[in-house]
Amino acid sequence: MRNASQQHGFQPAASWKNLRLRADLLRRVREFFHRREFLEVETPILSADTVVDRHLDPFCVNAEPNRRKLWLQTSPEFCMKRLLAAGAEAIYQITRAFRQDERGPLHNPEFTIVEWYRKGDGPDEGMQLLGDLCEELLERGPVGRVSYREAFGRHVGLDPHMVGTEALVSAVRQQGIEPPQNLSVDDRDGWLDLLLVELVQPHLGNTKPVIVYDYPASQAALARIRPDEPPVAERFELYASGIELANGYHELVDPAELRLRNAQNNRKRQADGKQPLPERSRLLAAMQSGLPSAVGVALGFDRVVMLSAGEKSLDAVIAFPLDRA
Amino acid sequence: MATYSTSDFRKGLKVQMDGDPYLMIECNFVKPGKGHALYKCKLRNLVRGTVIDRTYKSGDSIEAADVEELEAQYLYRQGDTFVFMDNENYEQYELSAEQVDDAWKYIKEGMNCGMVLFNNNPLTLTPPNHVVLRVEYCEPGAKGNTATNVTKPVKFETGAEIPCPAFVEIGQLVKIDTRTGEYIERVKE
Repeated sequence: MRNASQQHGFQPAASWKNLRLRADLLRRVREFFHRREFLEVETPILSADTVVDRHLDPFCVNAEPNRRKLWLQTSPEFCMKRLLAAGAEAIYQITRAFRQDERGPLHNPEFTIVEWYRKGDGPDEGMQLLGDLCEELLERGPVGRVSYREAFGRHVGLDPHMVGTEALVSAVRQQGIEPPQNLSVDDRDGWLDLLLVELVQPHLGNTKPVIVYDYPASQAALARIRPDEPPVAERFELYASGIELANGYHELVDPAELRLRNAQNNRKRQADGKQPLPERSRLLAAMQSGLPSAVGVALGFDRVVMLSAGEKSLDAVIAFPLDRA
Repeated sequence: MATYSTSDFRKGLKVQMDGDPYLMIECNFVKPGKGHALYKCKLRNLVRGTVIDRTYKSGDSIEAADVEELEAQYLYRQGDTFVFMDNENYEQYELSAEQVDDAWKYIKEGMNCGMVLFNNNPLTLTPPNHVVLRVEYCEPGAKGNTATNVTKPVKFETGAEIPCPAFVEIGQLVKIDTRTGEYIERVKE
């Protein structure tokens, strides 16, 4: 039996109006970086290396049976940092990234990332550049800044760096939030994320886009940790209308620290019942040879198009989202 | 027992928790870019109709429920037992008055109803949205009163008593909305 939707199943999910807006925003991204003398680069989507993150699941591709495993990138960060180590000053690319099991109104397992790096930048310059790009693309005026600690204090009423995990657990219960049944009471970051998603994120960037900075050190990913009291990760994220749009790091350059974090992440992955990911990579070699100080940022391009179009779902701005791919 | 893990979660999934079947009526995937993936779900209890909120993290799972929806014909009533037949395979099912719930007010022999089976046992019964029933008894209405806002109790052939406008008379056919239990209109023979 064929019904109307099957007969028209070849059609795109996005309107032509939104696809034209998408093309226009792509052009504006290129012009933005061209004006600032960034070099557009291309790096492999299919790679022998993959980011070792507790919560990112890459697609594994058996391109060469009985030989090495290859991975679809979850972001282009490894290869772009290798270019930095090889002498790049300022580079950007617009590419596809892939993350398993990420599907919802704000997620498609295949999505478009705009990612850039500039040598010599610190967090302040990095946030400034991200803010300028956001102003250019979203046209919602200058971008504000708020620290993770301030945002948490304002909307949860707790100091996320100082309180014990029990205080986070009781805040969840007091607010009537239903926590996942097997969220362990030791999983501090899990409780922080739950509070962030439920109580903080919905308020971020509603009047104007905002950059949240200085994340808990336990959520540094590949950002440097600044040895303040308490230490914080030099990581920042851009939010508009309660939606996370970009993530930036003052990049970790210490290979020993990278090895340590990879091992930690794999231990947590295994505790979560996930496959460990390869810890050795060419990024490690690049860091050993000397990765210059830099800031790198990844922007979820589809979400920018979605907000710019006034849509509520990524499917409205992607020609062929997963169900039609 | 079959289970669904978070990567199978979607609207329309039928699951069981604490022995009760639930329908997943909403499933929202939320994930901070570098954080825990969470699935915020709304589930409707298929017995009680209540809706609960549950949050799952990736890798969690819920037991699958063997729930089947079918069309069944009402055959007859024997005391407190109502007998139905699956129109596809002629399988007969006996439902208690409790399972039939309010539906007894609207069902007549030969009528097709929606039935939900949980582990092959009848769980709920849904009569058609609109049914036409014959008036068995009511007080006579004032002649010429066509107002629909003046009602009187009217007893139908099923034994149900439903308030109807004063102009409704014994022997007439009346259409009832089974979802609200309200009078809609008179129907010609």
